[in-house]
Amino acid sequence: MRGQSRIKNSFAERRLFTVRSLIAAVVLLLLAGALIARMTWLQVVQNEYYSTRSDDNRMRVQIVPPVRGLILDRNGVLLAENLPSYSLEVVPEQVEDLDQLIKQLGELVSLEARDIERFHERRKRTPRFQGVPLRLRLSNDEVAKIEVNRHRFPGVDVHAALSRHYPLGAAGSHVIGYVSSITENELKSLDPRRYQGTQNIGKVGVEKSHEDLLHGTPGYKIIESNATGRPLRELEYERPVPGRNLHLNVDAKLQIAAYNALHGVEGAVVALNPKTGGLLALVSQPGFEPDLFVHGIDHASFKALNENPLRPLYNRALQGQYPPGSTVKPMMALAGLEYGINTPSTARYCPGFFRLGNARRRYRCWKRHGHGSMNMLHAIMQSCDVYFYDLAVELGVDRIHDFASQFSLGQLTGIDLPREKPGVLPSKAWKKERFGQIWYPGETVSVGIGQGYMTSTPMQLAQMTSIIARRGEVLRPQALRKIEDVIDQNITEIEMRQEKPVTLRDPVFWQRAIDGMHAVVHHARGTARRIGLDADYEIAGKTGTSQVIALAQDEHRAPKNEDLPKHARDHALFIAFAPVEDPQIAVAVLVEHGGSGSGAAAPVARKVLDAYLRGIPVEIVEEEPEKP
Amino acid sequence: MSGPQEEEFSLSRWLVQHRIDATLLMLLLAVCTLGLLVLYSASGQNMSHIYAQAIRLGLGLTAMIIVAQIPPEWVRTSAPWLFGACTLLLILVLTLGDDAKGATRWLDLKIIRFQPSEIMKLAMPIALAAYLHDRPCPVTFRDLIACGILLAIPTLLVARQPDLGTALLIAAAGGFVLYLGGLRWRIILLAAAAAAAAAPLLWFNLHEYQQERVLTFINPARDPAGAGYHITQSKIAIGSGGLFGKGWLNGTQAKLNFLPESNTDFVFAVFAEEAGLLGFLVLLMLYMLIVLRGLSIAARSQDTFQRLLAGSLSLTFFVYVFVNMGMVIGILPVVGVPLPLVSYGGTSMVILLASFGLLMSIHTHRKLLAE
Repeated sequence: MRGQSRIKNSFAERRLFTVRSLIAAVVLLLLAGALIARMTWLQVVQNEYYSTRSDDNRMRVQIVPPVRGLILDRNGVLLAENLPSYSLEVVPEQVEDLDQLIKQLGELVSLEARDIERFHERRKRTPRFQGVPLRLRLSNDEVAKIEVNRHRFPGVDVHAALSRHYPLGAAGSHVIGYVSSITENELKSLDPRRYQGTQNIGKVGVEKSHEDLLHGTPGYKIIESNATGRPLRELEYERPVPGRNLHLNVDAKLQIAAYNALHGVEGAVVALNPKTGGLLALVSQPGFEPDLFVHGIDHASFKALNENPLRPLYNRALQGQYPPGSTVKPMMALAGLEYGINTPSTARYCPGFFRLGNARRRYRCWKRHGHGSMNMLHAIMQSCDVYFYDLAVELGVDRIHDFASQFSLGQLTGIDLPREKPGVLPSKAWKKERFGQIWYPGETVSVGIGQGYMTSTPMQLAQMTSIIARRGEVLRPQALRKIEDVIDQNITEIEMRQEKPVTLRDPVFWQRAIDGMHAVVHHARGTARRIGLDADYEIAGKTGTSQVIALAQDEHRAPKNEDLPKHARDHALFIAFAPVEDPQIAVAVLVEHGGSGSGAAAPVARKVLDAYLRGIPVEIVEEEPEKP
Repeated sequence: MSGPQEEEFSLSRWLVQHRIDATLLMLLLAVCTLGLLVLYSASGQNMSHIYAQAIRLGLGLTAMIIVAQIPPEWVRTSAPWLFGACTLLLILVLTLGDDAKGATRWLDLKIIRFQPSEIMKLAMPIALAAYLHDRPCPVTFRDLIACGILLAIPTLLVARQPDLGTALLIAAAGGFVLYLGGLRWRIILLAAAAAAAAAPLLWFNLHEYQQERVLTFINPARDPAGAGYHITQSKIAIGSGGLFGKGWLNGTQAKLNFLPESNTDFVFAVFAEEAGLLGFLVLLMLYMLIVLRGLSIAARSQDTFQRLLAGSLSLTFFVYVFVNMGMVIGILPVVGVPLPLVSYGGTSMVILLASFGLLMSIHTHRKLLAE
C-alpha cells in the first residue's frame, strides 16, 4: 500500500515540491528586499546622522591652554614668570586599588588629608583616562623618589606644567599682583571658550588689570580615542596663542629699594616718572608672598594673612585714603595765586592760631607760639597752618575743589591697576549729596591744610606731585610700558596719555610753588631740611602730618605722638620730586601712624630718590624682602 | 565554442567527476575570501585570527569534499543512527558539558571541544527527509506526529543549553523538510497560531538575558549603555558606512572597540561600515545565488530524500543569513547566529561547509551523470 501511493504520487509530489520551493523563493526574495530596504534606510537616508554619531564616539576635543605672558620690569627683569612645576597625577582607571595606592604613595611624598580630599573632588570632574592631580608642587627630591619607584605604580605619572612664580616676592606683590583659581563668580563673566582648560586668573595688580593681554588664546587637539576612552592618536592640533609679554614702567630695583625703605612700618610709596607718567614703583607695606596664591592658598595661610592686624593684603598705595595733610599746601598756594587772592609776597601773620571772623573757636598752628609774618615761600617751607587756614577761607571750598580736581584729587588717576580708590575732595555740593547738610565756613579752614573731609591715596599724591613737577602737564600714570607679541616679536609701545593740563594765568606761579618746595628741603628752616643736608641733587618736597584723631577745641597741642598708642598717632606723609631743574622722579610716601612727615616719611622718600637717581646702594639690594 | 571556454568546461567536468559542483564552490570561495578580508579588518589586523580562520576554512572545505564523495543513499540509510547518536550527545552535553559564557554547549573531548548541537543542524533534516522518503505525500497525520516528536526533542535539548539561535536553526531545518514535503497549509497556519499562543509561555521560560534582548529589540534606546549598546553601536557602524563605505581597514567602530563582538556575531556591521550599501548588495547577491543554486540542485534531484534534504539545507542557509543580518541591522532581536562563512568561529563553519558537501553529493550522484 505504501509502495502504491508512492508510485501514484510521484509526479504530484515533484510538482508540489516545485510549487513549495517557488513560494519559498518568493518569500526569500521578499525578506532579502526587507534587508535591502532597511540597509538603504540606515546607510543612505540616515547616513549623516550615523556618521556624526560615529565621529562623536571616537573624537574628543582636548583644550590646550595658552602659556601666560611674562611680566618684566623696564630693564627686562622678570617680575612674573612661568616655571616648570611637577605634580603627581593618577589615572584612576589604570589603578586597581586606589586607597592602597594612595597609602603607598604617601610613603614616598608627603600627602595630607587635604590633598586626598581634593583629589577625590577633582576626580569627579575629570574625564575617564585622564590624570587627576594628587599632589601639586613636588620637590625635586619627591620627583626623584617617584621616578625611581615608577614601575611599582602603573597609572601614576609625574606631570610637568608651568606655574606662575613671582621673583620679587612680597616686594612686588601689590603692583604685580598674582593669579589664583578662577571662582564660580568669575566664571560667569568669562568667555568660556577662552578659559577652557585654564585654572588660574589674575586677581590683583597688573595680573588682573591686564589679564586680557596676558592670557592668550587656547588651542585644541582633536584626539581619537577608543571605546574605553583611551586616547590613541592626534587627528588635529591647533596651537594655542601664548599671552603677550608685558614690559612695565616699574623698575624692579627701585621697587625693592622702596619696599625696603618702608621696612618695619605700615605705609606706601608711589613713584612716577613725571616725563612719561610711567609708574616706577608702587609699594604697600607689609606685602605678602604672591606665590602662595598660585596653587590655591591653604585655609590657614589665608586666614593668617586676612586676619593679620597689619593687613598685608590691603593695598595702601591705591586704596588707602588718608588725609593728605600739609602735602596739599603747595597746590593751595597755587590756587591762591591763580584766583588772585595773594601774590607770592603777600604776608599773613601767624600768632599760633587762627580764628574765623569773631568766632571763639581757635584753629591751631602746629607751631605753638606761631610763625610770625609769613609770605608764601616761608609758609610752604615752614608749613605754616595759619597762612593756609586764612587762604582757604578766602578761596572758599568750591574754588579749592575746582582747582584741586585738576590735580586728580578726589578722582581716580586712571592708572592701569585695579581697585583704585578716589579719596574725597569736598565741596558744598558734595556735602549736600553725601550728608544732606549745608557746608559750614569753619569746615573750609581744615581743608586748607588737607584735613577735615579731605582724603586722598598715595597714588593721587604722587600724581599731584608729578603735575607740579611738570608745571601743569597731566600724564595719566601707567604701569604698562610695552606689549610684546611672543609669536612675531612685535612690540607695541604704550603711548603717553596726556590729559587736560592745568593752565595758570601766569606760568611763573609754578616756579613760586616749586621754590617753596625746594626750600622745604634745602632751606635752613625747611621742615625736611635734614634730608637735604647731604643730597648732591636738588629736591623739591613737602612734608605732611595728618591727624588721625581730631584735637579737642582749644587744646594747645595734641599730646606728643610718642606718648600716644600707635593707632592714634599721626600719619606721616612726604611728597617730593627731583632733580628740581629736570624732574625725573616724583614720589609720594605714607607711613601710617609714623608721627611726623619730616621724621618718618621724608627719609623714606630720600632713600627712594637716591635709589633712582644715584643708583641702588649695595646694602639695600642685599637686604632680603621681608615675608609676611 | 572557442578554446578557453572548452578548457573551462573540462575543468568543471573534472570537478564533477570528483563530486564537486563548480558553481557552488566558486560562490562559496568568493564569500569565504570576502569573509577573511572582513575578519582581518574586524580583528584589528590580527593575523593569528586570520590563520586560525583559514585553517577552519580548510578543514571545512575538506569536510565538504569528503561529504560530497558519500553517495546520498548511504546518508539516508545511516540517518537513524546519526540522529540517535546526536541526540544522545545532546543529552550528555546537558549533564556533563563544559560551561562557556554561561551556557553549556560544549563537549570536551580532551583533544577538541565540540558542540553536538552543530551536528544536529545536519542530522535533523537528514533524519526527517529520510523518514519522509518512503512515506506518502502529502504528509499524513500519523507521520506528522512522528516528525513533530523527532523535531521537538533535539530542539528542546538545545534550547535548554540554552542556545536559542542553534535551536532555531535546527527547528527551521526540520520545519523546511516538512514544508517542502507537502505539509498542509492549514496545519502550517495552525502551527503558526499555536506558536503565537505559546509565545507568552516561552517568554517566561526565557533566561533573563534573553528577555532583555527581546525588550531591547523592541526599544533599543531603553538602555543605551547596557543591553541596547550592541545594537546601537552596530547601527552607528552600518549607518556611518553610507553608500560606498569607509573603505577596507578604515572602519572606526570596530577598530576602536565601540562595536562589541565585531569578529563574531556582529561582523556584518564591520563589513557594512567599510563596504557600504554597495558592498552589502554584492554580499547579499552571493548569498542569494548560493541559496538559489541549492534550490536548483534540489529541484533537479532524483528522489524524495535528496530533494527534501537539499531544499531544506538551502533554505536553512538563508535563515542563517537573514537572522544574522536582521539582528545586526536591528530588525530582529539579538540571537546568537553567526554570519555564515564570515563570522569567526569553529564548528559552525565546518558543519555549514559539510552541508554544502551534501548538496554537492546530491547533485553529482545523479544517475545520469554518474555513468
